[in-house]
Amino acid sequence: MATTITTQIDADGIALFTIDVPNQSMNVITPEFLTDFAEAIATLASDEAIKGAVFASGKASGFMAGMDLKYLNAMLRDATAGGGSTDMSALFDKVFVLNDLFRKMETCGKPVTVAIEGTCMGGGLELALACHHRVLTSDPRVTIGLPEILVGLFPGGGGSQRLPRLVGIQGALMYMLQGKNWRPAEALGMKVVDELAEPGKAIEVAKAWVKANPDAKTQPWDVKGFKVPGGSGQFNPGFIQTMMAATVMTTKQTQRNIHAPHALLSAVYEGIQLPMDKAIRVESKYFAKVVSDPQAMNMVRTLFVSKQAAERGARRPAGVEKAPTKKLAMLGAGMMGAGIANVAAQAGIEVVLLDRDQAAADKGKAHAEEQMKKRIGRGMTPEKMAQTLGRITPVTDVEALKGCDFVIEAVFEDAAIKAEMTNKVEAVLGPDVIFGSNTSTLPITGLAAAWSKPENFIGVHFFSPVERMPLVEIILGKQTGEAAIAKALDFVAQIRKTPIVVNDSRGFYTSRCFGTYVMEGTQMLAEGVGPALIENMGKQLGMPVGPLAVSDEVSIELGHKVTLATRKALGDAYVASLADDVAAHMVEIGRLGRKNGKGYYDYPADGKKALWPGLGQDYPLALAQPTPEAVRERLLYRQLVECARCFAEGVLVTPEDGDLGAIFGWGFAPYTGGPFSAIDTIGPKTVVETLDRLAAEHGDRFAPPQQLRDMAASGATYYGSKIVKAA
Amino acid sequence: MEAFIYDAVRTPRGRGKPDGSLHEVTPVQLAVQVLQAVRERNAIDTADVDDVILGCVAPVGEQGTDIARLAVLTAGFAETVPGVQINRFCASGLEASNMALAKVISGEAELAIGGGVESMSRVPMGADGGAWASDPNVAYSTYFAPQGIGADVIATKFGFSRDDVDAYAVESQKRAAHAWSEGRFRKSIVPVKDVIGQTLLDHDEHMRPETTMQSLASLKASFTAMGEEMPGFDTIALLRYPDLEKVNHVHHAGNSSGIVDGAAAVLVGNKAMGEKYGLKPRARMKAMASVGSEPMIMLTGPESIADKLLKKAGMSKGDIDLWELNEAFASVVLRYMQAMNLDHSQINVNGGAIAMGHPLGATGAMVLGTALDELERSGKGTALINLCVGAGMGTGIIIERV
Repeated sequence: MATTITTQIDADGIALFTIDVPNQSMNVITPEFLTDFAEAIATLASDEAIKGAVFASGKASGFMAGMDLKYLNAMLRDATAGGGSTDMSALFDKVFVLNDLFRKMETCGKPVTVAIEGTCMGGGLELALACHHRVLTSDPRVTIGLPEILVGLFPGGGGSQRLPRLVGIQGALMYMLQGKNWRPAEALGMKVVDELAEPGKAIEVAKAWVKANPDAKTQPWDVKGFKVPGGSGQFNPGFIQTMMAATVMTTKQTQRNIHAPHALLSAVYEGIQLPMDKAIRVESKYFAKVVSDPQAMNMVRTLFVSKQAAERGARRPAGVEKAPTKKLAMLGAGMMGAGIANVAAQAGIEVVLLDRDQAAADKGKAHAEEQMKKRIGRGMTPEKMAQTLGRITPVTDVEALKGCDFVIEAVFEDAAIKAEMTNKVEAVLGPDVIFGSNTSTLPITGLAAAWSKPENFIGVHFFSPVERMPLVEIILGKQTGEAAIAKALDFVAQIRKTPIVVNDSRGFYTSRCFGTYVMEGTQMLAEGVGPALIENMGKQLGMPVGPLAVSDEVSIELGHKVTLATRKALGDAYVASLADDVAAHMVEIGRLGRKNGKGYYDYPADGKKALWPGLGQDYPLALAQPTPEAVRERLLYRQLVECARCFAEGVLVTPEDGDLGAIFGWGFAPYTGGPFSAIDTIGPKTVVETLDRLAAEHGDRFAPPQQLRDMAASGATYYGSKIVKAA
Repeated sequence: MEAFIYDAVRTPRGRGKPDGSLHEVTPVQLAVQVLQAVRERNAIDTADVDDVILGCVAPVGEQGTDIARLAVLTAGFAETVPGVQINRFCASGLEASNMALAKVISGEAELAIGGGVESMSRVPMGADGGAWASDPNVAYSTYFAPQGIGADVIATKFGFSRDDVDAYAVESQKRAAHAWSEGRFRKSIVPVKDVIGQTLLDHDEHMRPETTMQSLASLKASFTAMGEEMPGFDTIALLRYPDLEKVNHVHHAGNSSGIVDGAAAVLVGNKAMGEKYGLKPRARMKAMASVGSEPMIMLTGPESIADKLLKKAGMSKGDIDLWELNEAFASVVLRYMQAMNLDHSQINVNGGAIAMGHPLGATGAMVLGTALDELERSGKGTALINLCVGAGMGTGIIIERV
C-alpha cells in the first residue's frame, strides 16, 4: 500500500499522482517514496485505462526538496564506511535506482507531465526533467534548481544528462556548477519548463496538455537525429570551447580540491555523446564515485546536517523556555555594534544603540541605513527600510536602556573600560538580564566578574562584517548558566545566523585557530620562503586568501597589538615566534595593512594589489625553497593541531561546533567538512605521525595533544565511527 | 647499420591565410611536390623507397585519411611504396625523419623518406578537436593551458622580459633576411607550382625584415585576456608553478612562430643505396631521441632532449658546432640558451620560425635541412637539432657531416 503517493484517475483516463511523504514538512526522496514511485510507474505503464499522467505535490510547501537528508547521510556513511574499499558495483546499483525509474517513466509509452506549484529542488527537478512536459506556477517567489554541487555532490538522477539536452551544454553547466536556482520566468525563458500556470492552476494546465497531446510520449533525445541545443561533439568548435572554458573556470573555483564539479564535467562531456540509456549509466558511475568519496559525506554533514541542527538549537538547553529578544541594548556603535544593531533591527528587534556621544551613536544608525539602501530593489523597499530604521534608537544615556531584555557589549577591547560599562548597565537593568560581550579576545570568565550574577554573563562573538558573516561564536564563562545560553542562542536564531558554543579560552576557538594560519604563513616568510609560494599554497589549500593577504585585511597592526597584550597577560608562559618579529617589523616601518594602503601587499589606487617588492630585501629568499606540498602541509596541519588542542582542552565540546566554526568563522577549506572531519578522514594515526614529523622539523607548535595520540592508538575518531582512511 | 641523410628539400613557406600564396594549393599537392623533387633531384627509382613517413598535426579534412600514402600515389611513385602519417605535434617532421632513419638502422628499410606537411590556411590549427582541451578528465590530468600560456610562464619563471623576447624576435628577422639575401636556403628550396606549372612561391613570404623593437612594442600580448580573465588559464599555471605571483604575458604575433603553409622531405638510406645511385651521404645520424617533460609549461623539453642526445652520442656540449631549436616562441629559445649556456651566435644562425613561420607538421624536417645546409656552407661538422613539442615533449637529433 502506497504511503507517499496517491493515485486518482479522472474521466479522461489521466492519472494524477499526488506526492505527499508523511512526517516531512517538504516532500523528499525516501526509500518508501522510491518503492511507491516504482509502483506508480508500473501502473502507469501497464494499466490500459490510464492514458497519461500528471505528477503533483500534496503539500502546500512545494513540489519536492530533493533527497531526504537522513537517507542521503546514511547512504554516504555506508558508502564510505569501507575506508576506500567500497563495493563500487553494489553502490552503482544503489544510486542507479532513481535513474532507472525516471528512465522507465519517460519511456512508459504514455505522456507524463508534472505540475510544479512550489519549490522544486534536486531529485524533485530531476523527476520533472524526465517528464514529457513541465508546468510551473508563475508565482515569482518560487525557485527551482539543482543545488547538489553545494554539498559536494552533483545531479545524479539524470539531471546532468537531461538538462544539457534541454537547454544546451553551456547554460546547463552554468547552473549545475554553481547550484544556481531559477525563478519561473527564467526557467521558462531557458526552456527548463515548458509552460507557466497561474498559481493553483498547474494541475489543470498539465492535465489539459496531456489530453491535447496523447501522442507526446517520446522525449526529444529519443527521436532519431536529435541535436543538443547549441551543438555538441568533437567537431563542434563551440562544444570544445565550452568544455575547455568550463574546466578552467571550475578549476579556478575548486583549486583541484573539490571533486564533484570535476565529476559533473566528465559526466556531461562523456554522457552527452551517448544515447540516453547509456548516458544515465555513465552519470551514475560518476555519481557513485562521488558518493564513495568521504568529501561528500563530510560536506553534507557539516554544511547541511550540522548547520541546520545548530540553527535549530542543537546546543540549546532543552529545559529553558524560549526567550526571543524583544528589545536589545547595544553598547557601542562602532563597526561591530552598528552591524549588530542593523541585523537585529532587520530581524524585528527594537534596538537601543548606546555610545559615548550622540554623533557616534547616530553614525552607528547611519551605517544601518547605508547597508539597507544598498539592498533597495533586492528584497528591501523604502517603506521596509524606514520601518526597520525606526527600531533603532541612538542614545548616550544609559537610562535609555530601561526595558531592554538582552545586552550586547561591543565597546573598546579593554577589560577596565568594559567592566565600567558593565557596572553602569547593571545599575539600570539589574543583574537578571542576560549580558553578552562581543569581545574577540578577552576571556569571558574575567569579564563576567563585573556582572553581579555571572551565570547571566556570556560571550557573543560576531565576525566582521556582521551583515555578511554567517557565524556567531557563543562563549561560556566558567559560571555561565543555561538561561544565558538559551537567550544567546535564541537571539542568534532570530537574526538567522549559525551559532557554535565553546568554552572560555584566550582567543576562544575561532580567533585562536585562525591566528595559527596567519602566524605559520608569516613564520615561513621570516624563514625565507617565497611570499608568492606561501600565498598561493594558502589559496590552493582552499583558504579564501593567503595568510599574508588576510593579515593585511585584518590589519598587521591589530595582530601585533593582540600579540603584545597576550604576551603581557601570559608573561613567561608566552612562546615567542619569528612571526611576532615580522609583524613588529612591518608595524615599525609603517606597513600596517590594507587600511593604510600598504602591508605585505601594495594597494595601488588604479590596479590590482601586488606583493610588496621590499619583502625580498627584508626577508631574502632562502636558497633551498620548500616544495609546494610542504608549504601546504604546514599551513594545514598548524590549524589542525590547534583545533585538536581546543578539543582536548575542552574549549570545544563537539566536533560539529569545531567544523562549523572553522568553515563559517575563518573560511577553513570547506571541502574538508572542517578540521575535525579532515582529521577523521585522513585518520588520526596519520595525522599524529605527520604532526610528530612537523614538530621535529619546525618546533613544538606542531606537537599533537595527548588526546589525539590516544585516539590514534585506539582507532577512535571525532565523529565516533570507525572510518579511518589513509591520506 | 648506419643511416645517412642523402637529401633534404622544402617548399618555401606561404602566409597561412587566405591571401597567402600557397592557399590555393591542397596539402596533398604540397607533399606531392616535395616528394617529386626528392625523386628527381636524386634520380631514384621510387620502387626502392621502402616507406614514406610524413608528419601532420591536424590530420583531418583534406589532411586526413593518411595523407602520406595519398601523396605517394598522387606523386606517381610506385604503388608498392607505402606511406604513413604521424603526429608528434610540432616535431612531427623531425620525428618522421627520425623514424625513417630508424627503419634504415633496423634494416626494415634501405631507402626511406621522412618529412611533413601542413596547410594551416586550409586546415586551421585545432581543426582536429581532440581530448586534450575538451575532455575535462584529460584537461585536468594534463593541467591544460594553451602553449602561449606555457611560453609566458617560461618567460616569467626564467626571468625574460618583454624587451628580451622582442629583441630575440628582431634578431631572428634580421638573420632570416640576411640568410635569404645570401641565398643560404637556395639548395633546399623547391618552388611551389600551380596546376598550370607557374611558380606560385619561391621564397618565405612571412618574413618582416623591417621589424624593430619599436614596431614590436606596439603589439599587445596575445595571451593576457585568456590568461587573466576568460577563462583564466593563469590559474592553471599558478597551480603548477605556485612560486610565481603571477604570469607575465610577453608573447604576441611578432615574437611567436608564424602561421604558414609548407611541406618538406628528407631522403635517408643505408650505404648500399647511396652507392647504387651514386649519391654522396651528406650526414650521418649520431643520436636521436624524444622525451616527455612537464606538460603545463609544455615547452621545456628541448633542454632534456639535448642532454639525452649528448649522452647517447657520447659527446659533450663542446662537440656540437651548430645548434638549431625551433622558434616556437622567443622564450623557448632564450630558456634553452640559458639552460645549455649557449651564446646566441651558436644557435639558429639563419633565423627561424618567428621570421619564416612554422608549418606544424613540416617544420621538423625543415630545420633538419636548414642545419645541414648551414654545416655544409660553413664547413662545420656537427649539429644538434631540436624542437619543443605540445603536451610537454621534445624531439631531437645529432647529425654529423660525412
